Amino acid sequence: GASLLAIFSKDSLSQDDWDELEETLLLADVGAAATDDILAGLRTRLRDEPDSDPRAILRAVLIETIDPALDRSLALGEPGGGAHEPIIVVGVNGVGKTTTVGKIARVLVAEGRTVVLGAADTFRAAAADQLETWGARVGVETVRSDRDGADPASVAFEAADRARAEGTDVLLIDTAGRLQNKAGLMDELGKIIRVVSKVAEPVEVLLVLDATTGQNGLAQARVFAEVANVTGIVLTKLDGTAKGGIVIAVQRELGVPVKLIGLGEGADDLAPFDTEQFVDGLLGAQA
Amino acid sequence: MFANLSDRLTSTFKGLRGKGRLTEADIDGTIREIRRALLDADVAVPVVRTFTGNIRERALGAEVSGALNPGEQVVKIVNEELISILGGESRPLRHAKTGPTVIMLAGLQGAGKTTLAGKLAHHLKGQGQTPLLVAADLQRPNAVNQLQVVGERAGVPVFAPEPGVTREGERQRGNPVKVAKKAMKEAEQRQHSVVIVDTAGRLGVDAELMKQAADIRKAVEPDEVLFVIDSMIGQDAVATATAFQEGVDFTGVVLTKLDGDTRGGAALSVREVTGRPILFASTGEKLDDFEVFHPDRMAGRILDMGDILTLIEQA
Ligand SMILES: Nc1nc2c(ncn2[C@@H]2O[C@H](COP(=O)(O)OP(=O)(O)OP(=O)(O)O)[C@@H](O)[C@H]2O)c(=O)[nH]1
Ligand SMILES: Nc1nc2c(ncn2[C@@H]2O[C@H](COP(=O)(O)OP(=O)(O)OP(=O)(O)O)[C@@H](O)[C@H]2O)c(=O)[nH]1
Ligand SMILES: [Mg+2]
Ligand SMILES: [Mg+2]
Repeated sequence: GASLLAIFSKDSLSQDDWDELEETLLLADVGAAATDDILAGLRTRLRDEPDSDPRAILRAVLIETIDPALDRSLALGEPGGGAHEPIIVVGVNGVGKTTTVGKIARVLVAEGRTVVLGAADTFRAAAADQLETWGARVGVETVRSDRDGADPASVAFEAADRARAEGTDVLLIDTAGRLQNKAGLMDELGKIIRVVSKVAEPVEVLLVLDATTGQNGLAQARVFAEVANVTGIVLTKLDGTAKGGIVIAVQRELGVPVKLIGLGEGADDLAPFDTEQFVDGLLGAQA
Repeated sequence: MFANLSDRLTSTFKGLRGKGRLTEADIDGTIREIRRALLDADVAVPVVRTFTGNIRERALGAEVSGALNPGEQVVKIVNEELISILGGESRPLRHAKTGPTVIMLAGLQGAGKTTLAGKLAHHLKGQGQTPLLVAADLQRPNAVNQLQVVGERAGVPVFAPEPGVTREGERQRGNPVKVAKKAMKEAEQRQHSVVIVDTAGRLGVDAELMKQAADIRKAVEPDEVLFVIDSMIGQDAVATATAFQEGVDFTGVVLTKLDGDTRGGAALSVREVTGRPILFASTGEKLDDFEVFHPDRMAGRILDMGDILTLIEQA
């Protein structure tokens, strides 16, 4: 933080200053390509406005890139509408999908919505138990199979059907972790979404990205977006030392906004994404 | 989107013709491309800096072999250097001289510890050992059940005196350090030859939980403390590996989720920053998706330079 301030208090930037700037972005997992673009943007702006404060301009360039104007709310109807609107949570292994489902359910319940959880991870050991524990924690029902290895699409359908029959406001579906390079598993995800869509079109497909993830995050986002028509990103584990800079490239390329962030393992450790806070964290600036 | 290193280097190499010794001009362009490839592979920035610095030093003035152009010569040096760093001091699992061999697992949330516990148990059982799995994660919802299922699949008993967080008891109960201590008695009584302790995921910055991990370590006096790390991790690998080294002083590293398409630069970062050997690779969700770590494969993967390497090997 302090070093960045020092750079910017000089009149013009030396090569060393630019290198240090580049390093700040690289260390935040922004990635080499996006870093080049961002620094090019900064250069142009500094040429046009030579008298302005470079620090403010870099911050502005980053904020502009991430775009505070994007709608980052969940596309849900009014509480009590009973429209059994599906939200499907997807992502690679271990990023925090199940935990995020629990946290979102907590928020929705607090807003006065009725919620059902669907345990469409029938693969990982005790995955449905984990989701059910989250359901109990936040006071909502979980639809699950008692059998390991049951067809996840069938469980998802059953959950959607239950949500419709009971006039629930929101159906939150947890899916198994899957690496984006596994075609069979990605097909399975496509099937889960198609089957749920027969009951009600998903209002959100949330891709969970772990903030510690490096450049592979972009590959994840590309493939999941293709298979699952992702509508929003949840960036988890921002309570650690990782900055999650890969979401800049993800948002730039796919135009899908980060909607929520995960800040811990507890039920209340979920927050809306705030562009300025994120950028300040990235630059290591004191908030 | 990224052209791979092979493609980019091929264009850098155009016009370079090898004779005599490598010059600064030969090296610069190649090093620039290597730097970019390492960054794209998530090798940590400070590690990239020292690594390329060392390569430059080694390459400058090096003899150009007849069959390679100067760029290829630099790549050859890079590849050798990568393999030697990744593989230096590689060694098999350490076993206790007397009493059970104790292996403790530690790492960030979701890295793959519990899954690895099952794989290790399965692997060691296959070698004629009689492992005991220990459920010392009482924090993550149903972590204990998860380990029980994993143990069942591996045909290995699970010591789980505390249920942890479940649907019936949503608040955390029990003490993981006590569970670990009790497990040692159990293992002795029942004459298990190996004890594998699964622990909760924790962040490097979580001082309280890091202390708990250190206390578990003290309680079981492990022969190996394996730091389990997701191969998709980015720049945070350095901070996290350093924190775990200080917190639990791990003895070896396991890289997980290598069945994905990440380049896995974290392998280099962790190796450089901690000096600890990488023992195993986890390559899937099933019990036998587990192998001994191969430094040469990892080097090729990080640099994504398949074609060039083949060329160099033939030269
Ligand atoms: N520190 C921290 N830990 C988190 C956060 N979100 C989830 N976790 C932890 O990360 C681990 C994995 O979380 P899960 O919710 O099980 O992840 P998942 O994506 O459902 O995993 P799979 O279903 O196995 O693919 C657990 O230990 C969670 O407690 C977060 O925002 N911060
Ligand atoms: N594809 C793939 N998935 C893996 C691998 N290792 C673990 N997983 C998956 O990653 C997810 C997390 O694994 P866990 O074993 O629960 O991770 P953990 O470190 O015990 O997680 P916490 O206890 O929550 O900190 C699960 O979905 C596993 O099936 C691997 O090598 N490849
Ligand atoms: Mg899950
Ligand atoms: Mg675990």
